[in-house]
Amino acid sequence: MAFLEIKNLHVALEDGTEIVKGVDLSVDLNEKHAIMGPNGSGKSTLAYALMGHPAYEITEGEILLDGVNIVEAGADERAQKGLFLAFQYPHAIPGVTVTNFLRSAINAIRKARNGGQDDPIPVKEFRTEILAAMERLKVPRELASRYLNDGFSGGEKKRVEILQMALLQPKIAILDETDSGLDIDALRIVANGVNELVSAEMGALVITHYQRILNYVTPDHVHVFVGGKIVASGGQELAHKLEAEGYDAFIPKEAEVAA
Amino acid sequence: MTASETDVVKGIRSEYQYGFSNSDEAENYFFKSGRGLSHELVEAISEHKNEPDWMRKFRHKSLDYFLARPLPTWGGNVAEIDFDNIYYYIKPTEKQASKWEDLPADILDTWDKLGIPEAEKKYLAGVGAQYESEVVYHKLQADLEAQGVLFLDMDSGLREHEDIVKQYMGTIIPQNDNKFAALNSAVWSGGSFIYVPPGVRIELPLQAYFRINAENMGQFERTLIIVDEDAYVHYVEGCTAPIYTTDSLHSAVVEIIVKPGGRCRYTTIQNWSQNVYNLVTKRAVAYENATMEWVDGNLGSKLTMKYPAIWLMGEGAHGEVLSIAFAGEGQHQDAGGKCVHVAPNTTSVITSKSISKDGGRASYRGLLEVAKGAHGSKSKVVCDALILDEDSRSDTYPYIRIDENQVDIGHEATVSKIGEEQLFYLMSRGIPEHEAAAMIVSGFVEPITKELPLEYAVEMNRLIQLQMEGSVG
Repeated sequence: MAFLEIKNLHVALEDGTEIVKGVDLSVDLNEKHAIMGPNGSGKSTLAYALMGHPAYEITEGEILLDGVNIVEAGADERAQKGLFLAFQYPHAIPGVTVTNFLRSAINAIRKARNGGQDDPIPVKEFRTEILAAMERLKVPRELASRYLNDGFSGGEKKRVEILQMALLQPKIAILDETDSGLDIDALRIVANGVNELVSAEMGALVITHYQRILNYVTPDHVHVFVGGKIVASGGQELAHKLEAEGYDAFIPKEAEVAA
Repeated sequence: MTASETDVVKGIRSEYQYGFSNSDEAENYFFKSGRGLSHELVEAISEHKNEPDWMRKFRHKSLDYFLARPLPTWGGNVAEIDFDNIYYYIKPTEKQASKWEDLPADILDTWDKLGIPEAEKKYLAGVGAQYESEVVYHKLQADLEAQGVLFLDMDSGLREHEDIVKQYMGTIIPQNDNKFAALNSAVWSGGSFIYVPPGVRIELPLQAYFRINAENMGQFERTLIIVDEDAYVHYVEGCTAPIYTTDSLHSAVVEIIVKPGGRCRYTTIQNWSQNVYNLVTKRAVAYENATMEWVDGNLGSKLTMKYPAIWLMGEGAHGEVLSIAFAGEGQHQDAGGKCVHVAPNTTSVITSKSISKDGGRASYRGLLEVAKGAHGSKSKVVCDALILDEDSRSDTYPYIRIDENQVDIGHEATVSKIGEEQLFYLMSRGIPEHEAAAMIVSGFVEPITKELPLEYAVEMNRLIQLQMEGSVG
């Protein structure tokens, strides 16, 4: 069984509108999956629902993380169990420095993994790790003492998302439109960060509108997402087909089949 | 005793950790007045303290003012205060101690639980500790004493430096300034008396700690601080009380004079239990190029009405009020600040951050006044309110009076709700909901906590954390 197993997942808004209409997907450690879909197809809703956003209700199906159904778990618990979401639009937390935030997050996860007992990261170890990760991801040092995402440029926000991913060491990382708003250099840095982390310890699910990021993060599996469902799955070649032909090729035919 | 104990236990909120009381010791006081307020009581207090005649008369006159004035009808609801049910004067020990171990064991135990002796060792230049009506412990570092710094409790100040007290007391806050200042002037006891000689800069803070222990206690400390030319002092006060089912009253008066080039910072971390009415008048005057700063943290009490004021009397004077108010269930924080520009080229900043949750109500009430002739004055008022849920409330009452054209005045106010998206973002990193909410709140007040000495910033964040625990989700 893969580390993340999504089975017949249906997700609705608070008003009952169904956005995700039955998704089956398995993502294992050491795997890179890409979900590609047009705007409004429900990709981001899928990402939020996997992470446990309270505005999205899972009406049917299961999300198994390491064999355990996490549908009822809060976002904090999901993160503690090894799930991570790199946000498309990371939120600013004024007054809370990147360093303090990272320390709190790391310690929250360490505590959960230590059976609920405090197990704070030693100061020196934290400092060494954060500096090394910042260096690797080319995150300017001064960002460490700035307030989280407060006044950050688009590129800075995305790099800090990847920095968080590197430090929190999740098992499965979901990247929601991480390529949007990045220039080519930033994209390369971010993609390298993802590539380095995907290993026997981590798998990744890259959600994107464009094929561009997939030139740098070469996926093992590509899934086409239209109308709240995966309508096609394949290898890297599927991404190139999409890039060449657009989503139209998938929409009418597959939508009819779905209906 | 068992009945009242049950009531005490019922009243305990899990978040408030200073709610313990020395109930067994309650009757061990050296002197305890009867309930209620009268000229006989005022006479007894003055007699007990062996005060000069002018002070005795000052008290009686103040009581007349208090009785003649109506209760304020603005701000919070003070109509339920039962003035006849309050103990106005309780003297816990016969003598003041200058060594902690000289205090009675139960009182020492209270201070130990509050961590005051420990704090003194680590980072304070002097400590005064008031228990009920009297300062039971007082100590100033010897080198400061040698430099002529005076740091005494107010009663000792009056005994040992009567000329200074007589010269200044009631000049900044007249005895008839408002009903509660009049009450304080009539029955005051304890508080701090500080004089910093010219050019003396006290690097470590002086701290006074105020503790109400008895039920239905009224604590009326009186503080007078004189910072002479080019001198500096940072004075910190902390306040706690046990939780009772009936109310106590804390009504202080604080008068501060900052002479030319001097600087005074006055930091309050008020954490009264939720049965305390906290009705305090604080006012400072700042002369040429002097700086006065109020850092005012209000987390506890049932109702707080407090608006630290600065009168900028000399050219180039600077005033700052940083105010944090946290109103939880059953609490009303009516707080803010006042800056009055009397002299030209004076500057002021008022920054207010309020948080309300669980039906609490936080109001900013402030005054900015620029008198005719105070040209070239600059002032900025920023009030930000954070509302944590639908049941809670925030109000802003900014009063601005400008009688001079050549001024630069700015006012900004924001009201925000704790964002579901911010919470989700932090939680998605493994941080539990209440911790995430506390983090957002700590961040919100960070512009003020970063002004506090490290130990107090840590304390403030811890108090916020406690206030937030179990309240969200």
